[in-house]
Amino acid sequence: MALSAAIQGGRAGAARFRPDRIGLVISLVALGGLCLPFATVKPNRILAGVAKTILEALPQTGSILLLAVLFVAITIACLRSPAWLRLGASVLVLLALAGAIGVSGIVLTPSGNPYARVAPAAGFWLLAFAMALLTADALTRLRPGPFGRVAALAATAVVFGFILKSGLWDNLSILKEYAVRADSFWAAAAAHVELALGSLVAAVAFGLPIGILCHRVPKIRDAVLNALNIVQTVPSIALFGLLIAPLGWIAVHVPGAKAIGIQGIGMAPAFVALFLYSLLPVVANTVAGLAAVSPSANDAARGMGMTERERLFQVELPLALPVIITGIRIVLVQNIGLATIAALIGGGGFGVFVFQGIGQTAIDLVLLGTVPTVALAFAAAVILDAVVELLSTPSVRDSAP
Amino acid sequence: MIDIDTITKRYDDTEVVSDVSLSVPAGSIAVIVGTSGSGKTTLLRMINRLVEPTSGRIRIDGQDTHSLSPHVLRRKIGYAIQGHGLFPHRTVAQNIATVPKLLGWEPARIKQRVADLLTLFQLDPAAYGPRYPSALSGGQQQRVGVARALAAEPAVLLMDEPFGALDPVIRAKAQDDLRAIQRRFGTTIIMVTHDMEEAIHLGDRIAVMDGGRLLQYASPTEILTAPATGFVESLLGAADRPFRLLSLTTLADVVEPGTADGAPLSADATARDGLSALLWTGRDAAPVQSADGAPLGRVTRARLMAAARLPGQAPV
Repeated sequence: MALSAAIQGGRAGAARFRPDRIGLVISLVALGGLCLPFATVKPNRILAGVAKTILEALPQTGSILLLAVLFVAITIACLRSPAWLRLGASVLVLLALAGAIGVSGIVLTPSGNPYARVAPAAGFWLLAFAMALLTADALTRLRPGPFGRVAALAATAVVFGFILKSGLWDNLSILKEYAVRADSFWAAAAAHVELALGSLVAAVAFGLPIGILCHRVPKIRDAVLNALNIVQTVPSIALFGLLIAPLGWIAVHVPGAKAIGIQGIGMAPAFVALFLYSLLPVVANTVAGLAAVSPSANDAARGMGMTERERLFQVELPLALPVIITGIRIVLVQNIGLATIAALIGGGGFGVFVFQGIGQTAIDLVLLGTVPTVALAFAAAVILDAVVELLSTPSVRDSAP
Repeated sequence: MIDIDTITKRYDDTEVVSDVSLSVPAGSIAVIVGTSGSGKTTLLRMINRLVEPTSGRIRIDGQDTHSLSPHVLRRKIGYAIQGHGLFPHRTVAQNIATVPKLLGWEPARIKQRVADLLTLFQLDPAAYGPRYPSALSGGQQQRVGVARALAAEPAVLLMDEPFGALDPVIRAKAQDDLRAIQRRFGTTIIMVTHDMEEAIHLGDRIAVMDGGRLLQYASPTEILTAPATGFVESLLGAADRPFRLLSLTTLADVVEPGTADGAPLSADATARDGLSALLWTGRDAAPVQSADGAPLGRVTRARLMAAARLPGQAPV
């Protein structure tokens, strides 16, 4: 009540004191983050840790600097400030947080204990989350074009790469887990991408023609879509189990199958399962995209003498493409997440770290598998969203006379 | 010359077009009029084989349409539809170039043809060619749709309610433009509409259809003065008939020697416009001049009212 009264009062008073509602919420989250511990220090990777506040985790000047930029950003967030200012402030705080957590890693690691772990704690995550929200909100208000969004993504990746390369975070627990697993990390990354992208390519290669067929032959459409729907409802672990027997049989009885890696467990069933899950979004979006092509454009195409093939490739597919790519985006993001489960049956990928970490109750190891997975899915979503937008808004800009 | 010979289309048990025969002389406009469900669109679509007839045949310049495969036939026939059917992902220039491209014209020839057509339809090629259809007004989209249908210089143009989505002012302009372009190229046009006004305005001959049957196929004057059935008469609208009849005559046809006061009327104007001008200004007669301003004589209200009378009807 007091708050809303303040808002009302502010509105009635000078215009520059009007609060920004989203900014207020974000600020409350950030203030909550300030009350929680910033980092934890554990004697080793499994034991419970000791929580440290910002003042304990950073040298005095450092903590004062961080708190200062944070309060500036919160002030900017709460006022109705221009979007570029909000963006600048939130990015500055994020960079400051990145620096601070690195410094606290160096400060808090006890000398002479190679097993000790310093990890970001709830306060850090909450602050980072609040500032990421502020960044996202500011970016949304700036309405960047598809190229702008991909550029922002690339800039973020470059900054992260730079920080990782600089060794600033080397004392943090996730990177300590990484340091002892560098080789298997990149092998897991390769397997993860191979699973997610490979099954997507296969799903598009099969799903697109199936979708086109469903569009042209309405009689089979419902049957195909229902069948794929049922596949979608089978839990992934159950699907892996169901695939062990047939793939094992193929490995034994089909000559050459084993040589290309087909067996009851491992990469093959994971690949097949992801492929099956991917089919529904690809087929359904192809059907929906083709169905949405305007009947008059189709009628004109036929009336002007396009053959069925010409009509498909020159009119229907180009017009359906944004919807089809949206399906591919869904599949890619879904696959990057689902590929984690492949580790359960020896399929590799980042899931290896997640399940090892769960087994060892080592949360840092779980994060080593989780963080890159989330980052990959996020990047895939941003890039494919940009592609969809580029394909669906033809404008004067990109038309050569 | 288009010869439609006892054509019938049957879906299951329903006959949507029954035993229709008509022929359209080369270089003329035939308008098929009817209410929805009359089979007019089906009849039109059988000419370029978007619909395959159940029986009967259609010949264009003596050649049976079934002697060609459908897509080859359609590339020789212009096709314009209501709501223009432009491809939203292609620019105006690319849209117009569709059929010439399918026919494998040289790029330079296509470019020239697109520029010529856009100019003909009063659209600046440099400004409008690179635009996407969504950036055009409804009237411009419709013009591009007709330009696209004419791109490969077809001898025959089929139009399915091409002006149906336009507002009355733009529609009248589009009709006049079409008429001018048709005279210039000598294109044979078959157009479908539900608007009798449009049929009388554009058609050299009008085919009235109802329930899949051709009720009457005749000149606009004959349709107006001697409607074959009560249905044709009802389509004409009893109250509008004299004015529609007048709209088929120009002042040049009714001008008589003599002089009159007041602003002169153009000899190109329709008799309907002439009578309207006389009624509005309260005059009994007005001078008539040719397009270049030379005095031709005068037109009287009595003469115009006689022209609006059903032929053979004695004045009271």
